[in-house]
Amino acid sequence: MSEMKLYEVFIRAKSGLNHRHVGSLHASDAQMALLNARDVYTRRKEGVSIWVVEAEKITASNPEQEHEWFDPAEDKVYRYPTFYPLDKEVENM
Amino acid sequence: MATQINNKALHTYLLRLADSSLTMGQRLAEWCGHGPYLEEDVALTNVSLDLIGHAQIFYQLAVALSDDSQTADDLAFLRDSHEYRNPIITELPKGDFAYTTLKQYFIDVFSVQLYQALSKSSYEPLSLAAQKALMEVKYHLKRSEAWVERLSLSTDEAKVRMQKALNDLWFYTPELFETDAALNELIEQGVIADLLALKTKWNEQVKTLLQRCQLEIPESGWVATGGLAGEHSEHLGYMLAEMQFLQRAYPGCEW
Repeated sequence: MSEMKLYEVFIRAKSGLNHRHVGSLHASDAQMALLNARDVYTRRKEGVSIWVVEAEKITASNPEQEHEWFDPAEDKVYRYPTFYPLDKEVENM
Repeated sequence: MATQINNKALHTYLLRLADSSLTMGQRLAEWCGHGPYLEEDVALTNVSLDLIGHAQIFYQLAVALSDDSQTADDLAFLRDSHEYRNPIITELPKGDFAYTTLKQYFIDVFSVQLYQALSKSSYEPLSLAAQKALMEVKYHLKRSEAWVERLSLSTDEAKVRMQKALNDLWFYTPELFETDAALNELIEQGVIADLLALKTKWNEQVKTLLQRCQLEIPESGWVATGGLAGEHSEHLGYMLAEMQFLQRAYPGCEW
């Protein structure tokens, strides 16, 4: 078990949709991760395509910085398109 | 319609296919809750259920050929070991993970090649069943082949265990290709696969991987035989005792 790495699993439910994160699993290499993902996460026809990514290869934002990173967006209403009045001619844009 | 198919011989062969899948499936099911880690536990039992599903299909084909009133469940749960027709390798105890893995690999290569050939059977029900099973055994092979390679080329202990598994299992494999007069007739009629041709193909594929894995094939040993005639190892009796207990203690029980 000590040799095992953590992989994150992403599954595309059907063609045309995005791959979505469904969970994680342990495996010693990428191929094993892919096979295990098939057996653990697609037993009931949940998908048509699988991605596995080594968890430690993901660069993630720091949860402790959540407020300083994301809160400032709160009062910037001008970042939403609805903030801008449209001319009558383009109302149905 | 050319020559008449020998129904009795075909019935026996269908039992051989079904019994092989059932005993493989039952041995893999013994890993349930004992897999080396959670993900592999799930995978092993997935394969087990696939194989039991194949057994069910082949038993149903055998039932359709037979005049008596035996059901697929009767065939699985009410026959004694001398009536089973699987080659001995499929009934061998699960052993350690290396042993299970290598045995599975040997059977997976065999099943893929066999079902590819049986897909062309002149007996349509068998051809359809083989096509269905083929899809699943191809996946099983992907898994077991990857494991054989991963274990053989990893730590010293894994390598030793894989080599020991090979020494113990190798001389059970020729029995997979065994035929008798009745089977040879079915082969000539194109009803079942040419097992002699498969033997060459199987050896080629397996030996290529073993070489890549730096495993050495033992030079000589006792060669297993007998399954086709219902002569089995002592292991099958114990397996059936456990597997058939419920049906024999509570006949007709359903759940």
